[in-house]
Formats: sequence, structure tokens, C-alpha cells
Amino acid sequence: MTAKVTVADVERVAELAHLKLSPEEIEPMQSDLNAILDYMTELNEIDTTGIEPLAQASELMAEQAGAARSGLRADRLEASLPRSDVMPQAPETDGAFFKVPKVIER
Amino acid sequence: MPSEPKSTENYVEKPKTLAALREEISSGRVKAADLAASYYARIEQKNPRLNAYLSLTRERALAQAERMDDLAAKGDPLPPLAGIPMGIKDVLVMRGAPSTAGSRILENYEPPYDCTTVTRLEAAGAVLLGKLNCDEFAMGSSNENSAFGPVRNPVDPDRVPGGSSGGSAAAVAANLAVATLGSDTGGSIRQPASFCGVVGVLPTWGRVSRYGLIAYASSLDRIGPFAANVRDAATLLGVIAGHDPKDATCSAAPVENYAAESDKPAAGLRIGVPAEYFGEGLDTEVRDAIEKGIAALEGAGCTIKPVSLPHTKYAVPAYYLVATAEASANLARFDGVRYGYRSPRSATLSDMYAHSRDEGFGAEVKRRILLGTYALSAGYYDAYYLKAQQVRRILAEEFLRAFAEVDAIVTPTSPFPAFKIGEKAGDPLAMYLADIYTVTASLAGICGVTVPCGATKAGLPVGMQVLARHMGESTAFRVARAVEASAV
Repeated sequence: MTAKVTVADVERVAELAHLKLSPEEIEPMQSDLNAILDYMTELNEIDTTGIEPLAQASELMAEQAGAARSGLRADRLEASLPRSDVMPQAPETDGAFFKVPKVIER
Repeated sequence: MPSEPKSTENYVEKPKTLAALREEISSGRVKAADLAASYYARIEQKNPRLNAYLSLTRERALAQAERMDDLAAKGDPLPPLAGIPMGIKDVLVMRGAPSTAGSRILENYEPPYDCTTVTRLEAAGAVLLGKLNCDEFAMGSSNENSAFGPVRNPVDPDRVPGGSSGGSAAAVAANLAVATLGSDTGGSIRQPASFCGVVGVLPTWGRVSRYGLIAYASSLDRIGPFAANVRDAATLLGVIAGHDPKDATCSAAPVENYAAESDKPAAGLRIGVPAEYFGEGLDTEVRDAIEKGIAALEGAGCTIKPVSLPHTKYAVPAYYLVATAEASANLARFDGVRYGYRSPRSATLSDMYAHSRDEGFGAEVKRRILLGTYALSAGYYDAYYLKAQQVRRILAEEFLRAFAEVDAIVTPTSPFPAFKIGEKAGDPLAMYLADIYTVTASLAGICGVTVPCGATKAGLPVGMQVLARHMGESTAFRVARAVEASAV
């Protein structure tokens, strides 16, 4: 993993992340990402062959306790917040639905 | 407004202990409502310069204080935090109060619910004064990434308070609250606590419910208390810890009586000292202070043992890969549709998403989203994200091996004391390296306490990080009490 992030990479990733970067933002971002990703190549020094990835500490705690996996809650239907509490936070709404600009340009 | 010139104004003041305040309130000698009013007066005086609070929740605080005074007047038993004035980091939601997470994108957001930690504090009688400044979405190590301006360190207002929970640390150091809540993803409780000279707690991952925490990196995020002394921090953790059906990652393990456990002497405990935390880059004055703290632990009857954590240097790159990857997913929800900022200049839906996010997020948040998106994108997943998750296991298992030999591990919390505002702001990588001693425990999910351990010649606080195994908070508190008692 040797990083060489190009301007095109920054633009592609920004598009994936739904970020519209201004032209002035792109170049500093490119150089920051290269510096940071270069530093991250230090991880190549470690041989991780056969190491099971650890997604979160609860897996490790369960392994230590000899449990198969950490407990998940039962999948039960429960009430969510009332619409009348939630909708007032919407930037644009008719009270029942969120309103957004048109999705497809005709 | 204070009459003396700003440069000589003193901001540091130690709050009274929970036990002392409890006695005053239960006896009726001090009214909780008067106490809250006196805190608001001090906030009005000191906050314009320190910028620790972003918003105040006066009505709610005074109503709660009056409830506590009514209980006291009737002679009813008071809950454990009755009338205690506290502040809440602005990444934790409170119903009807602004919850910005330090971001423009949530500037006008007033959440319709309370986070579980707030519910538990109020059920325990705490009076919540307001919301505390932080780095935007808890991303930062200096509080300079807040969209609402940096917090200043009460010890030296030209310096940063640390981050991301800078407001939470500064508020306790300046007695703008008796105690506060913060969140810690890669050091965001421990490092600011050490910079401001207060106690900060990193609970075991899953120990405290995160329902209502505005998420940054879910496999790392934790909520924990700041206080002026170790016993009070232990009491607060006891109030907020424990299973919550609203957070599936919250552990059902029983909650110990941390405050009582912290009263037990540390004599007989085996303390590990990892050489990897005392190498190149460690400020010599910080090293001297921590070595005095270690000597004090030996004097208190602890056994000091060297331990080896050879992969420590890989923790920062592994951490920033895991954290930014998760952040890129967590922050996808801010899209201008359901709440938060929407850019007015958008003809189509996809334009609206992109403009709202570009205008709403600050530079560091964008940097981390892009880094995380890059690391997760097609062709890079195995090389970056998967590799980092494998290194996380190596780091975590290394800690478990060390904890087979010792009960706790002590290190400096930060390689240097509080730095000047602006000193590292132009160099994101240098800022990431400030987290070198804290991100290891974050990745491993273990717990820790940072406790004041002396100061530099210039009077800047030094913090000692006491780490313990998963669910080993009681041990960490005992060791931290011994360091505190030695008054290094």
C-alpha cells in the first residue's frame, strides 16, 4: 500500500462521499492525504498473515470469557419517536414527509 | 465583567467535592437553586474568554435544582448527585437544547430526545448547566476544530485545553461545573483532562451506553466523566455505567461500586511500566513528573515491573484508519434532508447533499471523511482497513499478555503538556501524533483514568494515564487515588 493520491483520486473520493470541494480545497487535501497515507504505510512492516481482524473490543471480551459472541438484543418491534417531535427539525417538510429538491433532471 | 487585565486574570479554581456539596445541600445550608445561580454567574464572568460553554440550559437546570431543594426541605433521601452542577459535551443530545457537536451542520439542531447518560445523571439529581464546546464531531486534539472557536486552557489561556473534549476539561479546571461528561474516541477525554489538570475517565468500551451520542467512530467511541478528584470521577462512572436496552453494544456486566473500590489502598498492586511510552518524543519535564508518580506508587506499596508493548508505534496509523473509515460511514447521515443544515443553492437532490456537506463541515471533518472513504474504496479495503483491524488485534492481545503479569499499566497521558493555540493547527499529521499514548487503549477497548501528576516548571499540568484490563475500572481508580494522594 504505497499511497500516491492524485487530484483525480481526491475528486473521485469526494464524489463518493457527497462532498463538493471547492477548487482551492482540492490541492491542500491531496497533499494532506498523501502525507497521512504515507505515514500509514508503516503498517506494512507488520506481518499480519493469518491474524483475525478485530472489529470491536466486545469480540475480544467474549473470546476471553469463552462465550461464542457478545449478546445482541432481541429483534422486537418497538415504537420510535413520534413524528410530531421529529418533523420540526426538518429543513423542509409538509408535516408528514421530508421535502427535497427534484431527484432526476428532465 | 472582571476589572483586572485579562493577562493576569486567574481562571483556575478547584470545585468542592461531591461529598462536601452533598452535605451542604442535604442539610439545607446551601440551596441547589442558589448553587446553580452562582455557577451561572461564574460562567457569565469567565466563559467569554474561555469559550467552554456553547449554550446554557437554564430553565431545565433551575427546575431540577428546585426539585432537589424540595426533596431536601421535606427531609426525603436525596439521590447521589442531588443539586450537583454539571456540564455536558455538545456531542451528547439533550431534548430541546442545541446539540451542535461543534459543527455548523448542526448549528440549529434541537434533538427530540435525551441521551441515556443525561437521563441517568438527571435521575441521580444532577443539575445540567449547559453544553460544552468540542472539536467538530469530536475530531481533534486541541479543540481548535470547533466551528464555534477554540476553548482556552484555564491554566494558560494562550494554550489549548486539549481535545476533543476541551470544553469539558476546561469547565472543571475553571470551576464552571463541578464535573462534566465528555467522549473519548482516541484520547478525547484523557488528553484534555491531562492538559487542564483534572481527572478524566475512559471506561471500558461498552461500559457506558452511547444512546444519544453523536457518533464519530462506533467501535472506539466511549462516554466518560471529568472531575476534580478521582473519587468523584468514580462516583460519576457508577451513575452512568450499566446496561441500556437502547444501545446493543452496551455491556450487561454488573456495575461495581467504583467510589468504594477506589477507597481501597493500592498497596500490593503490580504496576507495569512500558518502555515504549518513554522513548523519543517524550518531553523531559513530563518524563520527570511521571517518574516521580511511579516512585510514589512504589512508596505506596505497589510493585513496579517493566512490561513490553512492542507494537505501540503502529497504533496511530491503525487508529486513524479505523476511525476515519467508521467516521465516513457515520457522517453520511448529515445530508440536509431530515435535520441540520441544508444548502439553499441546490437544484437537484445530489447537489443538495454535496453543497450542504461542503458548507456544513469544517476542514478536518472533510479530511477524515475523505481519508476514510479512500481507505474503504474499491481496491484499498484489504490494504488499509482490514490491515488496521488485524493490527488492532495484535495491539489488544499485547495488552492482554501484559495484564497477565500486572494489574495496571502507567504511562504519560500525552508526550507534552498543553501547546500554544495555533502551534500545530497547520499540520494534521503532527496533530495526529499527539495521540500516540492514548490511541492504544482506544483500539484495545481497555479502560483507564488520567490523573494529575505534577507540572512543568512553567506550571503546565502533567497527567498520568493508568490503564487496566477490560472492566477493570476499580483497579485503575485505586492506582489513580494513590497518585493523587501522593501530590507529586
